[in-house]
Amino acid sequence: MTSVTLVRRIGARPEIVFAALSTPEGVAHWWGPDEGPVLFADIDARVGGRFRVRFRMLDGTEHEARGECLEVVDSKRLVMTWQWAVGGEPDEREQVSRVAIDLRPIDSGTELTFTHEQLQTENSRNSHKRGWSGSLDKLERYLSVEPEVVAAP
Amino acid sequence: MVKFNDPQLNRTFAALVDQTRRAILDRLEREDGISVSELAKPFAITLPGVMKHLDVLEDAGLITRWKQGRTVTVRLRPDPMRSPLDWLRRYERFWSSRLDRLTAYAESEESKARRKGR
Repeated sequence: MTSVTLVRRIGARPEIVFAALSTPEGVAHWWGPDEGPVLFADIDARVGGRFRVRFRMLDGTEHEARGECLEVVDSKRLVMTWQWAVGGEPDEREQVSRVAIDLRPIDSGTELTFTHEQLQTENSRNSHKRGWSGSLDKLERYLSVEPEVVAAP
Repeated sequence: MVKFNDPQLNRTFAALVDQTRRAILDRLEREDGISVSELAKPFAITLPGVMKHLDVLEDAGLITRWKQGRTVTVRLRPDPMRSPLDWLRRYERFWSSRLDRLTAYAESEESKARRKGR
């Protein structure tokens, strides 16, 4: 459970979906405006290129995410680091997670697989070898199977 | 919006960082309600060392301890685990709404491109 994966089937060819992901105009469109305006969107979709998007939520709070492109394969794959620069708790801002987007052509357009991985706290980033994902998975199973055991005597 | 500033969440994650503490939780998952000395047996650390780990887990609200005669028994209390799981679910919702927007935008771009005969 240290990552979030979502799959979408989109009625658009991979080139168009990729442009929506990898150009400032595209990014500005889908980061808003129904949850509040996109204040700034920039992406330099080359390996080592920077990504930055700042938006305002309907509650008035502003958030900014930044990243660096790690892999860029035209119309196929985009991987970047992900970090909150504004918004949230200051000590959480040092955390770097990873966003990977894969595009696959299908008859109806594109199948998009979105993964936000390496989601973790500052502390867990320092832990080696085994992540806590195994424990979380087990505890989730535990929670879903026997919630009545939760009650302490 | 994803909520980052939950102190309980921080305590829970901090408690889960340590391998021994995760092993303790794993063990309790299999044998809930065992004594501290039973719990300490497989670990290559002293009983006071195990007690320290149990203190951290208790502070994080992950376990409870209680005394029955001379035996201290340990139980899982996985309530706080809901918080990290909720946190990940919030991320999922966050991205899900973004991808809905992306889908709508890309599909409108596709329609435009088709109208232009591309």
